[in-house]
Amino acid sequence: MNRLLPFIGFMLLVALFGFGIWWNTRHDPNAIPTPLLDKPAPAFSLPKLYEPAQTVSKADLLGQPYLLNVFASWCIECGVEHPVLEAAAPTLGVKLVGYNYKDAPADAKGWLAAHGNPYALLIADESGQTALDFGVYGAPESFLIDAKGVVRYKHIGPITPDVLATKLRPAIAAMLKEAP
Amino acid sequence: MMRLLRIVMLALLACAGMVHAQAIEPMPFANHAQELRFQHLTQQLRCPMCQNETLADSNAPIARDLRNQILKLMQQGRSDDEIRQYLVARYSDYILYDPPLKAGTVLLWFGPLLILLGGGGVVLAALRKRKRDGGETTTVGELADNGEDW
Repeated sequence: MNRLLPFIGFMLLVALFGFGIWWNTRHDPNAIPTPLLDKPAPAFSLPKLYEPAQTVSKADLLGQPYLLNVFASWCIECGVEHPVLEAAAPTLGVKLVGYNYKDAPADAKGWLAAHGNPYALLIADESGQTALDFGVYGAPESFLIDAKGVVRYKHIGPITPDVLATKLRPAIAAMLKEAP
Repeated sequence: MMRLLRIVMLALLACAGMVHAQAIEPMPFANHAQELRFQHLTQQLRCPMCQNETLADSNAPIARDLRNQILKLMQQGRSDDEIRQYLVARYSDYILYDPPLKAGTVLLWFGPLLILLGGGGVVLAALRKRKRDGGETTTVGELADNGEDW
């Protein structure tokens, strides 16, 4: 038995390191859990991207759930998720709201013209000030907000087909089931 | 040759200094005390984008935005604690380099103590065993066999 002790110790270490690798590959270690989850989304009032004279506030969007997708033309991974969002938008079950983050309006419009525009509504936060209230620290990020204005789910990083199928769609389904 | 090398090294050093100066742009502090307070506070906060850098050091756009926001809050007369709460409410405890003691962080705080106690227990058990076995002269065969000298 005593002879086996070093081997057992070694195997325990292997198990610990193996767990570390497994744990860090199955979730994004850089993703910060949002304290906003299941709490009311912060109040905001931002201009529309295409009609900057008109502003959209949180109150305007109450009454129906929406997916707030934070994107920017300078964000490389947004280009990765964009085709996924475009394909999914009609069957998503919620309104897709684009949140243009720290972007020059002309760049954003050019980018949307080139890549397509899946958004039902587009708002622009050129300074990034409002995004601080949402705890945004990069793009892309997506917030699922219900009809009462409560954040139900947040995804950090691009929405891949996998994320869409295993996380986002179930989160939307759970939300719609609870409050149709 | 040495002289040339020295000049090259000095030039490189100067470049390094410039890079550092570029990383953090000067901010409009009201006075030196405010600057010291700002630096002290931002060094305890973690940049959410590049999590191995403090807000004071990071060159990420979000770190710049947060630095500006912290200065703005300071100018509004908010205390350090209020500013920390403001950031935690938005970016969770991740923003703090010094994690608060609560249910989710108990293992983080007392894990090392557990490991220390466990290690101490093993050492104590080994010493007791040695004492019990002691008195008799240990032979080479025993040493190879009892496994505690590896």
